Amino acid sequence: MSDSSPLHPASTLPETQRHHIDARRLLCPMPVIKAQDLIKTLQPGDVLTLVATDPGTLQDIPSWTRVHGHNLELATQTNDEYHFRIIVR
Amino acid sequence: MAEQKRAVALISGGLDSMLAAKVILDQGIHVEGVNFFTGFCVEGHTHAIRKKKQQSPKRNNALWVAEQLGIKLHIVDVIEEYKDVLLNPKHGYGQNLNPCLDCKIFMVKKAQAWSFMQDNGFDFIITGEVIGQRPKSQRKETMPIIARQSGVEDRLLRPLCAKHLPLTLPEREGWIDREKLFDFHGRNRKPQIALALQLGFTDWSQPAGGCCFLTDEQYSNKLVDLWQARGSREYELDDIMLLKVGRHIRPQPHYKLIVGREEGENKYLEGYKGTFISIKTTSHMGPLALIDGAPTPQDIEFACQIVGRYSQGRNATELVYEVRFPDGDTKPITTTALAIDALDPNWHV
Repeated sequence: MSDSSPLHPASTLPETQRHHIDARRLLCPMPVIKAQDLIKTLQPGDVLTLVATDPGTLQDIPSWTRVHGHNLELATQTNDEYHFRIIVR
Repeated sequence: MAEQKRAVALISGGLDSMLAAKVILDQGIHVEGVNFFTGFCVEGHTHAIRKKKQQSPKRNNALWVAEQLGIKLHIVDVIEEYKDVLLNPKHGYGQNLNPCLDCKIFMVKKAQAWSFMQDNGFDFIITGEVIGQRPKSQRKETMPIIARQSGVEDRLLRPLCAKHLPLTLPEREGWIDREKLFDFHGRNRKPQIALALQLGFTDWSQPAGGCCFLTDEQYSNKLVDLWQARGSREYELDDIMLLKVGRHIRPQPHYKLIVGREEGENKYLEGYKGTFISIKTTSHMGPLALIDGAPTPQDIEFACQIVGRYSQGRNATELVYEVRFPDGDTKPITTTALAIDALDPNWHV
């Protein structure tokens, strides 16, 4: 992840608590499934960043985080990519 | 205080599964939803590809339903396991390549397996099935087959038509009040719509033609064509995704073109330029096309002419095309566009 990415975490979290999924080219629900399956293995407080190209993720990732009670800290679009940062609860 | 019972609801994103889950939630049961992604689901996919469908909500309806109900939804990737259901359906196919009865048995069985994998387990499974609603899988005689062959037996409850069916375990044990369940049957949707309104819902998904591409004749034809051309019924997710996109034109048995129909599809096909030979007109505005198969150089030139037929240069005397190979090499080709009446309608898959 480059420093200019909107997902670049300003966080001081150790590397082991920061996770990233590149879901570009995947269509929903695959980005959601990828996030869901990884988050199952993470600890509360861990941070997951995800980048996708399917505009459906702008609806689905926030919706999934709401139904599972995680904290969606960022959901933004740059050009044709959609960026998310989720704090695991 | 009695322990709260737990149910897994198969959530497709449609009205029936939403109502079934709501009816059970309202009886004080803890409900969580599960949604199986086979790769053929209409949900979530094509709405994200085509630009012209941008006015419709790009939501995953199963997730949307879970939010309306206030329940968790677990989406499970079953793409690999589903291949056996599609390729070897014990109960055969419906009108097209839809193995609906085997599919339902598979999903109920998977829901049970999934529930056992969870920490606390679940006590029963609910579906939104309605007797008589679907000619293949939702008939009075198929309901016990699904319960038996999935292995779920009397832990499978169909709240919307339960009164037409024998007592299930949740009813016998008094976890569920049978009197508050329903006796819907047939294809008439009015009872479901009335119940939805009564329960306070004002919006729900009504996918035209169902929620599975395998019920679609054109899609099924493309899948059969793919299998025939490859001499094998193996498929990967990308194969079945590409069948949902573009015009599929097969001028020869050994190759076919996938031609984008609009900007959203062209953009989606761009993602496959590293896998397939691609063609684009550079002298005129036009679609992006992929070639699937093993074309000769002559085939590639002819494929360019077909792509030209869908470009703004279709009437020009000469067009310039860029042919791009998967390794990134490109080759310019200058030729004409195929005359409109020279495209054999039988080439359309």
